[in-house]
Amino acid sequence: MTTPQHSVARPRTAPIAAGHPAIEFAGVHKNYLSHGETVAAVKRTDLAIAQGEFFSLLGPSGCGKTTTMRMIAGFEEPTAGTVFLDGKDVTHVSANKRDVNMVFQSYALFPHLNTYQNVAFGLERKKVGKDEIKRRVGEILEIVSLTGMEKRSPKEMSGGQQQRVALARALVNRPRALLLDEPLGALDLKLRQQMQIELKRIQREVGITFVYVTHDQGEALTMSDRIAVMNAGVIEQLGSPREIYEKPATRFVAGFIGTSNIVDGRVERVEGGLALLSYTAQDRVVVPVPGSVRPGEKLEVSIRPEKIDLHRGVPPVTATGGSVLSGTVTEVVYHGTSTNYTVATAAGADFTVFDQNASNADDLADRGDRVYLTWAPQHSYMIGV
Amino acid sequence: MKNRVKRQLAPYLLVLPGGVWLLIFFAVPMITMLSLSLQEGDIVNGYRFTGHWQTYVDAISAYQTQIVRSLIYGAITTIILIALAFPVAYWIAFHGGKRKSTYLFLLLLPFFVSFVLRTISWRQILTDEGPVVSPLKSIGLVGDSFHILGTPAAVIGGLVYNFLPFMVLPIYVALERIDPRVVEASRDLYADPITTFRKVIFPLALPGVFAGVLMTFVPASSDYVNSEVLGSSGTTMIGQVIQAQYLVNSDYPTASALSFVLMAVLLIGVFTYARMLGTEDVMKVAAR
Repeated sequence: MTTPQHSVARPRTAPIAAGHPAIEFAGVHKNYLSHGETVAAVKRTDLAIAQGEFFSLLGPSGCGKTTTMRMIAGFEEPTAGTVFLDGKDVTHVSANKRDVNMVFQSYALFPHLNTYQNVAFGLERKKVGKDEIKRRVGEILEIVSLTGMEKRSPKEMSGGQQQRVALARALVNRPRALLLDEPLGALDLKLRQQMQIELKRIQREVGITFVYVTHDQGEALTMSDRIAVMNAGVIEQLGSPREIYEKPATRFVAGFIGTSNIVDGRVERVEGGLALLSYTAQDRVVVPVPGSVRPGEKLEVSIRPEKIDLHRGVPPVTATGGSVLSGTVTEVVYHGTSTNYTVATAAGADFTVFDQNASNADDLADRGDRVYLTWAPQHSYMIGV
Repeated sequence: MKNRVKRQLAPYLLVLPGGVWLLIFFAVPMITMLSLSLQEGDIVNGYRFTGHWQTYVDAISAYQTQIVRSLIYGAITTIILIALAFPVAYWIAFHGGKRKSTYLFLLLLPFFVSFVLRTISWRQILTDEGPVVSPLKSIGLVGDSFHILGTPAAVIGGLVYNFLPFMVLPIYVALERIDPRVVEASRDLYADPITTFRKVIFPLALPGVFAGVLMTFVPASSDYVNSEVLGSSGTTMIGQVIQAQYLVNSDYPTASALSFVLMAVLLIGVFTYARMLGTEDVMKVAAR
C-alpha cells in the first residue's frame, strides 16, 4: 500500500444532506516523529461525514483511526490539509474552542467531581445559567438512564454507569459531533452488546453526528450508517456495513471484516459476465466480473465462509456451473451454533467453512476426510471491483 | 489442623519484628521521657520521680517565645515550599518526558551529602565575607550593617532548602497519577488552560500538597540545625532549647517536658489540619 487510494477513500454513496457535511477532511496528513524518524500516522485523507450520521472509523491498532479522531477533536494539528467542522475551517482552532465533544476510552471522568458536576462541567465553562444547567443535566441523565445518581462519585459506579456519565457529559453540550474512542472496550461482552443498542437509541434520540472509533468489526457493522476501514494511515474502503462486508474493496478489508477465504487465480475464460479460474480438471472458481476483465488476467477472489457448502461425495452441482474445490479437512472446531472446518484446497489456499448446526446431529466431516466445497457464482466476489 | 493454626498465626508473626522495634525504640523512650519529665533533682544528686507537673508550666512560660517562633518559622517555610515545589513538580510530571527520573534524581542529589554539612556550607556562602554579601556591599547596594547570617531569613531559607524535596516528591506523585485524558477531557469541555489548572489539575494534586505539608511542617518546626548554624540568639527555635537543656544544662525534666509540649502542639495541629482538610473534601472544595 504505497500510494493512498483516493478513489477508494471517497464515499461510494454520499448521503450528504443539504448544507455542509458535519465534518470534512481535505488532504489531511499527519506525521509523527518517532525515534528520530518521520512516520505518517494519517496519509493525505479526504473524508466527509454527514450531519446526523453514525460514522465508524474501523481498523487495527496503529492504523490512524485514533489520530484521525484526535484531529477532529483538536488534540492534534494536521501536518498538512484542512479540517472543516460544519463548513468552517477549524484546522488551527484549539480543542476547547471546538464544538465537538469526546467520549474517552477510559471515560476520563473527573475523579473529584460527582455525576452532576461531571455532566455540568462543559455547560459551566460555556457560562450557561444555573437553572438552565440544572434542567439540561436532568434531561440528559434521564436519556442515559442515570436519574438519581447525581451525587455519586465516579468510583462509586460500575463501568457501565461511568460510561453513561461520560456520554452524558459530552452530549449535554449538544455538540456538532460526538466523538467516541472505543467507548465500549472496557466493558464485558453482555454489557457491551446492551450499550451498543443503547448508543444507537441515544443517537437516534438526540440526532447528533456520532464518530465512532473501534477495532471491533462486529461493533462497527451493527451500529454504523457508514464505515471507513483504515489501515496504515489510509482509508481502504468507505461504505455502508453491507457494502463493506459483501464487496470488500481490498484484500485487507476482506480479511479484516469477518472471515474471508481469498484465492488467487488466472482467468481462463469469460462467459456471460462470469470469469472461470481453474486449478485442476474439476477444481474451479466462478466469479462475476466487469466487462473489462480479459482471459489471462490475475484476480483475487473472496468468498465468505458461511456461503460455502461442504460435501463428502462428489457434489451434483458440478454440472450447474458454480465453483467447486476439492480438499482435505485439516481442522474441525465445534462452536455451538456452527461448526468451523478448515480445508486445504486444490487452489492452494486454506479455506474456512462455517456449517450451521441446524439439523445435522453429527459433523459433516472429520479431520483427514476428502471433501468438496461448492458455492454459487454470486457468492464469489472479485476484490477491487 | 496444624496448618490452620499456622495460618492464623502468620499475620502476627509478620507484624512481630516491626512491633518489637516500635516497642523498644518508640514506646520505651516515650515512657522513660514521660517519667523523666515528672522527676525532680539535679545531675549531681540524681533525679527522683515526684509527679512534679509544675515543670511543664515553668517550661512553657519560660520558652513560649521559642515555641511560637518555631511554629511560625515552620508555617512560613511550608508556605514558601508549596510555592516553590508546585511548579517544579508540575514541570517534571507534565514536561519531564523521558527524563523524569533524571530530574528526580537531581532533586535528591544533595541528599548524598550530610544534612549538617550542607547547612554549614550555606553558612560559608551567606557569611559577611562570603560570595553573596561582600560583592553587594562593595558595589554599595546594601549598607555596611547589612548581613544575612543570623537573621530569620537565613534560618527559614535553610529550612526551605533542606526540606524542598519532601514537598516536591508528594506533589509530583499526585500530579503524575493524574490521567492525561482527564486533562484532555477538561480541554474538550471548553476549559482553557488556566481553568483546567484551577478546576482539574490543582484539586487533584491537593492530596500531594496535604502529604507534603505533613512531611515538612512537623520536622521544620522542630528542627534545630538550621537555626544553630545559620541563626543567632534572636532566632532560637524550640529544638535548640531542648537540645541545650539535655546536653548543656543536663536539666532532663525540663527537656523532656518541652519535648512533650512540642509533640502535643504538633499533633493537635496536624489532627486539626487533617480533620479540616480531609483529602476527599478538600478536592471538592477546591473544585468550586
